[in-house]
Amino acid sequence: MAKITLSNLRHSYYPDPKGPQDYALKEIDLDWEDGGAYALLGPSGCGKSTLLNIISGLLVPSQGRILFDDRDVTDLEPTRRNIAQVFQFPVIYDTMTVYDNLAFPLRNRGASEAAVTARVTEIAQMLELTDMLKTRAAGLSPDNKQKISMGRGLVRDDVNVVMFDEPLTVIDPHLKWKLRSKLKELHQKVRATMIYVTHDQTEALTFADQVVVMQDGEIVQIGTPVDLFERPAHTFVGHFIGSPGMNLLPCDVKGGTALFQGQPVPLEGTIQPGTGPAGAGLTQIGIRPEFVSLSKTGLAAKVRKVSDVGRHFVVEAMVGETSVKAIVEGETPGQGADVHLAFDPMRTRLYRDGWIATEART
Amino acid sequence: MKTQNNRGWFFVLPVLLLVAFNALIPIMTVVNYSVQETFGANVFFWQGLDWFQQLLNSDRFHAALGRQFLFTGLILAIEVPLGIIIALSMPRQGFWVPVCLVLMALPMLIPWNVVGAMWNIFTLPDIGLLGYFMNHTLGINYDMTQNPFAAWVTIVTMDVWHWTSLVVLLSYAGLVSIPDAYYQAAKIDGASAWSVFRYIQLPKMKTVLTIAILLRFMDSFNIYTEPFVLTGGGPGNSTTLLSIDLVKIALGQFDLGPAAAMSLIYFAITLLVSWLFYTLMTKDDAK
Repeated sequence: MAKITLSNLRHSYYPDPKGPQDYALKEIDLDWEDGGAYALLGPSGCGKSTLLNIISGLLVPSQGRILFDDRDVTDLEPTRRNIAQVFQFPVIYDTMTVYDNLAFPLRNRGASEAAVTARVTEIAQMLELTDMLKTRAAGLSPDNKQKISMGRGLVRDDVNVVMFDEPLTVIDPHLKWKLRSKLKELHQKVRATMIYVTHDQTEALTFADQVVVMQDGEIVQIGTPVDLFERPAHTFVGHFIGSPGMNLLPCDVKGGTALFQGQPVPLEGTIQPGTGPAGAGLTQIGIRPEFVSLSKTGLAAKVRKVSDVGRHFVVEAMVGETSVKAIVEGETPGQGADVHLAFDPMRTRLYRDGWIATEART
Repeated sequence: MKTQNNRGWFFVLPVLLLVAFNALIPIMTVVNYSVQETFGANVFFWQGLDWFQQLLNSDRFHAALGRQFLFTGLILAIEVPLGIIIALSMPRQGFWVPVCLVLMALPMLIPWNVVGAMWNIFTLPDIGLLGYFMNHTLGINYDMTQNPFAAWVTIVTMDVWHWTSLVVLLSYAGLVSIPDAYYQAAKIDGASAWSVFRYIQLPKMKTVLTIAILLRFMDSFNIYTEPFVLTGGGPGNSTTLLSIDLVKIALGQFDLGPAAAMSLIYFAITLLVSWLFYTLMTKDDAK
């Protein structure tokens, strides 16, 4: 077990990167605390798998260092880093039994058979694989195979970190939920540092204590699931997390007030001055559909579409040319109806060039 | 009333004719010959199972069958491990991949009689490159027309040269289909190079290896052209394999009855051994 520090990390798959567009990872400085449950969330191609492979040692970064408890491991082989990784597709040793599969990482490191038996039995119990220990791994269903992969990751009790690279991709939807909660439960039992890579917000938010959101090779925000939902630091996070994502409304800033379609919109706090030349920068108001409500007064809008998503309705209304989504429970207005929208001022933020520009009220 | 539509027969007919003329009719003709004696001119005498009895008790047949199994066993024992080793050491990506693949495929593209003729000239003691080098430069007495051991070394080497590529190419196809994640997982699990081979590469190559071994078994068990051109079965009878012996009986001695019985037994053995191989190699998958 160890604390993992990534310092000044940059990586490019080109031998001779010209500019920032050639970098898969742009500049990463990050600490992973010992025993934490982390999720690395981002769309496909944002560099999260690259980052994972750098931590595991399958890739050597173009720049920067990786420290395990202040020990520099940047050039260390994966075998010698003492880490575990579970891949997107289940990797199992076809010819071995489930037991031998789980025992493999221990035997390779010269553990005694008694120790192997004890540990494998324990892990098999946790993963509910005990009944299958004697069967050959090749014929099992994908979710059981993936459980074996996870088991091989967890079987060594001294690993520095266990990494999961989108491990539920090939699992049936109804089993995904089961495995996900299993994983959470395992983390509480074994207390190893775990990093879970995914592009699925539900997976990330249910598994992790801390979620690291990435976009285009950069870390956009690190925070608890609640932080990410309540107060996204970047419009990307607001848009990427949530269903539907945050409303982002173009606005003007005049004399410390945000004007949307010419009307002042109260915000959570005072607007921080921009760093660029005065008046420059694209400004947007960000508010989640959950905090937009239909009311008697407020912004006049025309309902364009109402979708029933099960638990509630998503009402899409047009304010001028801009569409605003609101989550409504109970009665909904019909299509084409004239409504008024009210924003919860405590949950209304201002973003300048994508980054949050209002001061949080504490 | 049920409508009868017989148009389907027209679609099946060409295949039916093809199979009939290249398999069913020839094999039934052979069966016909195997139970009769003929001196030509379409005159036949019923013999029953005499030819089969005679053949199964014949020392000549036992000897040829023994040589055949020795030959097939030797080439399989060399070509399969060698093929796997070559496939493992071939590059997986980059400029050299197509180069290696073409070089590997070359021997297989050469017609069989040409292979025999090439090796015949290659090994001639006075003018052949190999023959001259062995006899005159190294001073080793090497003449496959005189020495049975030299003849065996030559036909086995020739087959290895001609057909190892098949095992290489099939194994290579199996190897490149293994996803990178397996190698990465093995690295993280601390597996040695031997473990990677034993538990990842070999199991993943198993299906293609089964095909490679079956093909090499059947081809080498029925081999005729190359040893016929190279040694003609000699010196003496030392390289007279089953097929060469069969042709001698059928066309040399014109004993069509015994030859027919022999080809049926020959066919049965090939089929039986292939079936055994296949069953043994795939029995684990059923579990």
